Amino acid sequence: MSIELALFWFFAAIATGAAVGVISVRNSVHAALLLVLTFFSVACVWLLAKAEFLAIALVLVYVGAVMVLFLFVVMMLDIRTDIVREGFARYLPFAILVAVAMLVEMLALIGWRRMSGVEAPAVDPAAAAGVSHTEWIGQALFTDYLLPFEIAAVILTVAIIAAIALTLRPRKAGSKAQDPGRQVLVRKEDRLRVVKMPAERVESEGGR
Amino acid sequence: MSALTLGHFLGLGALLFCISVAGIFINRKNVIILLMAIELMLLAVNINFVAFAYFLGDVAGQVFVFFILTVAAAESAIGLAILVVLFRNRSTINVAEISDMKG
Repeated sequence: MSIELALFWFFAAIATGAAVGVISVRNSVHAALLLVLTFFSVACVWLLAKAEFLAIALVLVYVGAVMVLFLFVVMMLDIRTDIVREGFARYLPFAILVAVAMLVEMLALIGWRRMSGVEAPAVDPAAAAGVSHTEWIGQALFTDYLLPFEIAAVILTVAIIAAIALTLRPRKAGSKAQDPGRQVLVRKEDRLRVVKMPAERVESEGGR
Repeated sequence: MSALTLGHFLGLGALLFCISVAGIFINRKNVIILLMAIELMLLAVNINFVAFAYFLGDVAGQVFVFFILTVAAAESAIGLAILVVLFRNRSTINVAEISDMKG
């Protein structure tokens, strides 16, 4: 058993156990933390598949950003677990049946035995090209996939705007908040008035 | 069977996918766990892409994982925003009680 295979089994076991925990624990905060563990273990598995950039991106984007967002929302909402857990035991046998049936079907469909004969290529394509794996994916991303890359950026922008627009509350009528738009629109003529008046004459010059 | 093969990765992906399908079945009332199960499904699919990119020596698989991560992040941000608005209006995230649009 090679060291890679041992590490793969180790991380795969952690990821599977944590994934089972995500769907079965009672507390949503624990579920979010177990999902973090799942993502982290899968990132380690990706390292074994020589996808270093994606593994780090998964940790940064998911563990760093998305899961923190999940934790924020879970802690912000006051969820009554007794109600949301209702029906858990009733659907459990059915869910296990469906999941096991799907797993067997999938493994049969992908040809588990045949795929187990496929080993890693002897020559690494990135090493053959003389670049690192990150350079390898970067070159593809910014040449062949430049348009999809830009579209992905647009999707993220739309998502930001949509999320803000959904959760933004309109300001109450009586509040004394400042309106930056109106502040910027102010002109000098609105605020400042120059009064013309004749110069006054001082009667006693130097008589102080 | 002493080396790491494509079958290992595909098996792990299939296993995680089935676990998340079971999670959708048993957590039908809790929208947050449903969103987490969807994230888990996307992760399982990404494992397949990474594995094929490695074993077939094609970079396209990794590029697609990158795009799937982007779309998944956008999806979870909007999903959680909808969830916050929903909870603000209805004070519940129970899927069974959200049936206003039922015909």
